[in-house]
Amino acid sequence: MTARSHSLLVQDARTRRRNAAEARFRVYGLGAISVAALALVVLLSSVVSSGIGAFRQTYITLEISLPEAKLDKSGTRDPEVMAKVTTFGYAPLLQDALLRTMEQSGITTSLSAADVGKIISKEAAATLRDHVLANPDLIGGSVTLDVLAEGRIDGYFKGRVTLESAALDANTSPEALRIAQGLADAGVIETRLNRRFLTAPDASDQRPEAAGLGVAILGSLYMMLVVLVLALPIGVATSIYLEEFAPRNRLSDLVEVNISNLAAVPSIVFGILGLAIFINFAGLRQSSPLVGGLVLTLMTLPTIIISSRAALKSVPPLIRDAALAVGASRMQAVFHHVLPLAAPGILTGTIIGLAQALGETAPLLLIGMVAFVRDYPAAYTDEAGLFAEAATALPVQVFNWTQRADPGFVERASGAIITLLVFLLAMNAAAILLRRRFERRW
Amino acid sequence: MWILDAIFSLPVLVVGLAILGYVAATARAHATAGSNFGTLAAQPRAHGTNAFFSVLIPAVGSFAALSLVRSIGLRQGVETLSVRSIFWLVLSVAAIGCIDAILRSSAGFRARVASEAWIKSLLIAASAIAILTTIGILWSMLFEATQFFRQYDWRDFLFSTDWAPNFRGNSALGILPLLWGTLYVSFIALAFAVPVGLFAAIYLSEYAGQRMRSVAKPMIEILAGIPTIVYGLFALITVGPLLRDHFAQPLGLGDSASSVMTAGLVMGIMLIPFVSSLSDDIINSVPQAMRDGSLALGATRSETIRNVVIPAALPGIVGAILLAAGRAIGETMIVVLGAGAAARLSLNPFEAMTTITVKIVSQLTGDTEFASPETLVAFALGLTLFVLTLGLNVLALVIVRKYREHYE
Amino acid sequence: MKDTHLAERVDTMTQLKISARHVNVHYGETHAVKDVSVDIDANSVTAFIGPSGCGKSTFLRCLNRMNDTIDTCRVSGGIRIDDEDIHDRKVDPVQLRAKVGMVFQKPNPFPKSIHDNVAYGPKIHGLARTRAETSGIVEDALRKAALWDEVKDRLDAPGTGLSGGQQQRLCIARAIATAPDVLLMDEPCSALDPVATAQIEELIDDLRQSYCVVIVTHSMQQAARISRKTAFFHLGSLVEFGETDRIFTSPEDPRTENYITGRIG
Repeated sequence: MTARSHSLLVQDARTRRRNAAEARFRVYGLGAISVAALALVVLLSSVVSSGIGAFRQTYITLEISLPEAKLDKSGTRDPEVMAKVTTFGYAPLLQDALLRTMEQSGITTSLSAADVGKIISKEAAATLRDHVLANPDLIGGSVTLDVLAEGRIDGYFKGRVTLESAALDANTSPEALRIAQGLADAGVIETRLNRRFLTAPDASDQRPEAAGLGVAILGSLYMMLVVLVLALPIGVATSIYLEEFAPRNRLSDLVEVNISNLAAVPSIVFGILGLAIFINFAGLRQSSPLVGGLVLTLMTLPTIIISSRAALKSVPPLIRDAALAVGASRMQAVFHHVLPLAAPGILTGTIIGLAQALGETAPLLLIGMVAFVRDYPAAYTDEAGLFAEAATALPVQVFNWTQRADPGFVERASGAIITLLVFLLAMNAAAILLRRRFERRW
Repeated sequence: MWILDAIFSLPVLVVGLAILGYVAATARAHATAGSNFGTLAAQPRAHGTNAFFSVLIPAVGSFAALSLVRSIGLRQGVETLSVRSIFWLVLSVAAIGCIDAILRSSAGFRARVASEAWIKSLLIAASAIAILTTIGILWSMLFEATQFFRQYDWRDFLFSTDWAPNFRGNSALGILPLLWGTLYVSFIALAFAVPVGLFAAIYLSEYAGQRMRSVAKPMIEILAGIPTIVYGLFALITVGPLLRDHFAQPLGLGDSASSVMTAGLVMGIMLIPFVSSLSDDIINSVPQAMRDGSLALGATRSETIRNVVIPAALPGIVGAILLAAGRAIGETMIVVLGAGAAARLSLNPFEAMTTITVKIVSQLTGDTEFASPETLVAFALGLTLFVLTLGLNVLALVIVRKYREHYE
Repeated sequence: MKDTHLAERVDTMTQLKISARHVNVHYGETHAVKDVSVDIDANSVTAFIGPSGCGKSTFLRCLNRMNDTIDTCRVSGGIRIDDEDIHDRKVDPVQLRAKVGMVFQKPNPFPKSIHDNVAYGPKIHGLARTRAETSGIVEDALRKAALWDEVKDRLDAPGTGLSGGQQQRLCIARAIATAPDVLLMDEPCSALDPVATAQIEELIDDLRQSYCVVIVTHSMQQAARISRKTAFFHLGSLVEFGETDRIFTSPEDPRTENYITGRIG
């Protein structure tokens, strides 16, 4: 019946084959984990390597003369009159200043003055104008200012743009890069930490070097406030009802099935809901953090409810019985005894839900948060109301930048993602700390 | 005078009445009890709380109901209720509640029971939001989709293989190419994520030591915490060009960076943690006695897993895969940035194709007029998407639940 | 020393099957089995008795190296089966477990048909080449486990649908089907009612003819009914080992006596 050798010390051929199959199976398992690890490492390193440059920026230090004849012909120093001079009036001053600096540093070029002027960002004229309007007394003298270098020049110092690629690029030339290198050697051009990336508003298509995340961060912050204020109480109330009071009947079954289904509804469907109900039906403002917050609240609720219920469930019935035994009502037992014990778990779930909401993009596109917004939204205005001024959000800003033609925006988008991931990391770390700190084993 | 405006604004008035009710009811309860505290059926504070809720909850409820009536009326172009009448109606509801509660707060009134009934009604109202959300989703999509089907034949929508929206009208809006793209991308994503996720879960629960598990599990969870826009950007700037330069172009299969393969692979990475954590739960719920029985017969671990654990866990794993499929079908940002925008029925995975979700975004963020079929089609697409994912989820939940009952 | 000891035993009437020397088992910090040495005869039933947590089940699981599957468990000492060290580097636990079958406390049939449950072992070990051979093995095992007559008409029915006693006999059939020499039974009747227990005991009595049966039991009556030799464990140590009749009538150690008379345990 059996061809098995009777000694245990001799492995027969079949056992060797089976052990080889076993070893292969283990390799598959290890391989799967390595694939996941590799994917994570490649994902993070690709985003970080292309985005870290956004936190550094190339600036040109220029001494700019501000002739009265061009900036304030009236000589009144009245800001309203001076405002009539647009950025076009300021751009030549920057160009002159740059040419003069080149001369001082002994850099000669075959480029025309206009082409040399392109080394400076188009944003610089606006920066200079704002500076002069704020300090009218400077007119007639000169001012030393750090202005942004154009995106390609910035890219050159970060290694994104090379002499070869510049030769093929209509927006710059190898000669411009050579000048920039000369200016850098003279200490006029410097690449340094870019705080503006986190505070400045978005910039137009031609000026990736000036684009920042200020409006997006503010918009995301407003939305998170709305989500926190709405989703936490509603979520907790729902879980208390379902876990502590709901009778076991068809209706509460329906609510439960409904919640677990909502948790699996694609996020974009919530965007459709927001567009149809909050904007078209209720008439709330498009692109407003209020609508965004409401949509994200509905989307986050199932997560918060599910984790809150788990937290309530983990409080042993003993605690309830003890409270009831000393004459507390069900309501008092829940609010005085069960809820405080479940609070850390509920908070952890809420933070994780918020983190999910912070990274969500698709529904926000549908409610118009993809718009180009340069003004910092106010939290409250009389005519618009609470959180109603147009804003954008961190992940939507990323999407927005990926749709722009200038390759400089890829760096910005990746930089925005690094920022987003840092926020998420902080939130998740807080959740883990909270869980560690208050974890209770019954 | 902003102070007067504020004082006479509705929220302040209602909250003021509620506080007034609290103070008055508490005082009255004290007064009726006198020195003899024991005659009260409830603490004076409970009377106050009851009065507070008796003002607030009916007022907020009536405000919500009246506003709804008003906005439905306005949609049809009729002003059924003026702002002023809503103001007075709500205010009178609040006042009646206040007076009623104060009058009731005498010795025999079981105020604690009454106030707890109010709290319970709040809890129920909160639970109703979950249901209202579903109703809202269905209503909004059904309403606008009906508008769409009035202008566009539903047979063309469901069975036409042509998708060519045109802002001048006369668009071809057949869902089949979009459905094909959606299913193709999801298929590639699952073909990648299911083996990787399943093997990772098996390795972690059956082979890995404590140290390996404590490193690998959080690592996989990190993948789950990364927002989809990050995966989208990864597809756009890394995976797409990589696949194009090293596979599509050398093989002569096309030269588009965005392709079904790009989106599918990146979505596959996104789904790994989803598949592995669900499978992990399910594999762990197979009783240890089963494994012991097989090992004691001289089966190797892999034979035990293949012949005993996996068959026992199969319904649960199928459920997990269906849930993952639901995720894949509804995923938006990865396909928006990775799959492309061209509606195409093709088998070549290195070609750009598009999905239902991509077209929902593009039709709703475009410049076409809202009432045009080109915009409204997004709601019909959304409805299709909702029905598809709902079906998958319900099926998955039924299977998983059956399976759980089997072992618990 | 050890070898001469073994040589003596082989000469005697009953043949030595398993010999354990100075076996220690640690679960993490717990010292579960302390320096146990015991000799088990072929073709007989040996019972391990003792209060719960005394290490008898743990020791049983050493004999087919099932403890290897528990991460925190460490086993030291020598165990020889047919004079071969089972901890030898050349020994594959897979082959060992085919030779040393095991039946667990709670019946644990696989979620498969009755036929597939029994055919599982032969299939993985390649004991049958054809379908007919497999059916032969399955029938033979079910007959030996005294289950054939009850299930022969529904071999395709799920094994989990049988009654508790039938499930346990199915598990015994499953173990027999791999043609083991030794059958380890870890309290096989503790989850069963008295009628099913009687059936299993009768079965064990039959199995004695062809297998070396080692049974862990909680019940002294059961040990007395079915075993020829009995080992009494207490707090991880082997207190006393000998002919069952002698252990139950004139125990040498006071702890054994206390247990038998019901003062501990």
